Amino acid sequence: MSGGVRALVWIGEGSWEATVDAAAALLPPDAEIELLHVAFDAETFVRAGRRGLLGRHPHRVGGSESPDPVSTATEEEAAALLADAAARLGRDATRTARRGRAQDEVLDAARDADVLVLARGGEPDHLGPKSVGHAERFVLDHASCAVLLVRG
Amino acid sequence: MPDALALILALVVLAGTLAAAVSEASWASEAVVAVVGAALLVVLGALSPSQAWDALGDLAPTAAFLAALLVLAEACRRAGLFDALGTWLAAGSRGSPSRLLALVFGVAAVVTAVLSLDATVLLLTPVVLATALRLRTAPRPHVYASAHLANSASLLLPVSNLTNLLAFHASGLSFARFAALMAAPWVGVIAVEWAVLRRTFRADLRRKGRPRPRMRREPLPRFAVAVLALTLAGFCLSSLAGIEPLWVAVAGAVVLSLRVRATPVEVVRAASPEFVAFVLALGVIVAAAAVNGLTDAVEALLPSGEALPQLLLTAAVAAVLANLVNNLPATLVLVPVAAAAGGEGAVLAVLVGVNVGPNLTYTGSLATLLWRRVLRGEDEGTSLPEFVRLGAMTVPAGVIVAVVLLWAGLQVGG
Repeated sequence: MSGGVRALVWIGEGSWEATVDAAAALLPPDAEIELLHVAFDAETFVRAGRRGLLGRHPHRVGGSESPDPVSTATEEEAAALLADAAARLGRDATRTARRGRAQDEVLDAARDADVLVLARGGEPDHLGPKSVGHAERFVLDHASCAVLLVRG
Repeated sequence: MPDALALILALVVLAGTLAAAVSEASWASEAVVAVVGAALLVVLGALSPSQAWDALGDLAPTAAFLAALLVLAEACRRAGLFDALGTWLAAGSRGSPSRLLALVFGVAAVVTAVLSLDATVLLLTPVVLATALRLRTAPRPHVYASAHLANSASLLLPVSNLTNLLAFHASGLSFARFAALMAAPWVGVIAVEWAVLRRTFRADLRRKGRPRPRMRREPLPRFAVAVLALTLAGFCLSSLAGIEPLWVAVAGAVVLSLRVRATPVEVVRAASPEFVAFVLALGVIVAAAAVNGLTDAVEALLPSGEALPQLLLTAAVAAVLANLVNNLPATLVLVPVAAAAGGEGAVLAVLVGVNVGPNLTYTGSLATLLWRRVLRGEDEGTSLPEFVRLGAMTVPAGVIVAVVLLWAGLQVGG
């Protein structure tokens, strides 16, 4: 293996600080760190909601409703979160923003990683399966690399 | 033309029209397909010209009412109402996802009731999403709440949903009585949504977000809010004064459009003339199916009477039908039958079914989903299974709670 450990750190809105802190404390100093954020696929959701209205929305013709505020907010906030995470980490890290079903995107991004760092996402105070979130559980089940599960 | 053949023809045209409406294919505007289909049914004799004319005359006031409400909502957007609501939600939540969810519930319930579900789906939900993102909290609970309440909080007023407008016109209820009978079901459904969403998303709601220092609260546009309040008061008083509520809506739309300096072209665009044509043509198509046997079939399906079991069954049939063919055709088919068989209670039970039922999917109906998959080979994306699960938890409970409260209201105020 050339260089250090390749680490993928999956950060989310509510738990990014705990995840980043764990990564900073536990990953070896020469680790190649990639920070990953997966945004909720909001456009699909908003578009689908309109369909139930059977066409009663004036902005459809030509589809040139730009700039889409939802898309802008999604991109801006993902970039801001990644920047804050990188600053908190205090080490060199690449930043990746993806969109889609979180578990699929994370597993795809983690294919070449040696270790994946993620927060539990569920309710740590609950005993049993609920203590890990739905998407996080899926990632734990299917990850092909080592996983560091952070309480956050 | 024999009845059976005419019925089949009408149903085929109906299916084609709905397929065009959900497919969003540019070559087949749903309005054109619907108008051509309706004309075809008249030419082929499935419906006589006078019957078609009656159907149009019956729907015209409702279509005009809808157009006025769409113009009013668009004028509110231009006045900055929704952007201001976004900053207001952000400031009020003080970074707490739980508080944000409570505020989203309140705002979505009121916006849906006053400006109709269209406004919540098209104008409020994107603002809620952007607000959640800016507050750096998980957006799902809030976006789902807004999307769900667009349907389930549309019970309160005749103006809250196009289905309500159709039923309002057919039932002969006054605006105030409609609202009085639907107030308790409206609160009941919202309470069910609140309980289920809080529980489903408690992990997301536990994590504190972070209010951005640059999010500053913008004042609500006072003029727009005042016009809305006066319009609403006008609706309630319209029956006392003997004025059609339609004219109140038109007055509100005109005043606010003038205020935001909307050009005539913009007003016409906001009124969605294409959609109004679609509704009118859809009414003709459903009328063709109705006179050729669909009404008989629906009569056999719907119970008569207004006891609790009958109302529950009526709402269940309506919810199922809304999910099969979308809630607009379902309302057009069911409301006249319900009005004849059971009176105002049955009509309002139909509304509970067709309004709350579509929450099973976020595209309005299962048919919409299937058609999109078949016609366009399109996957509905990532959040669908979760949304359907949420719908499965809220819709049956919401329908039952709402119907029981409706029935109780009828006992008290009947």
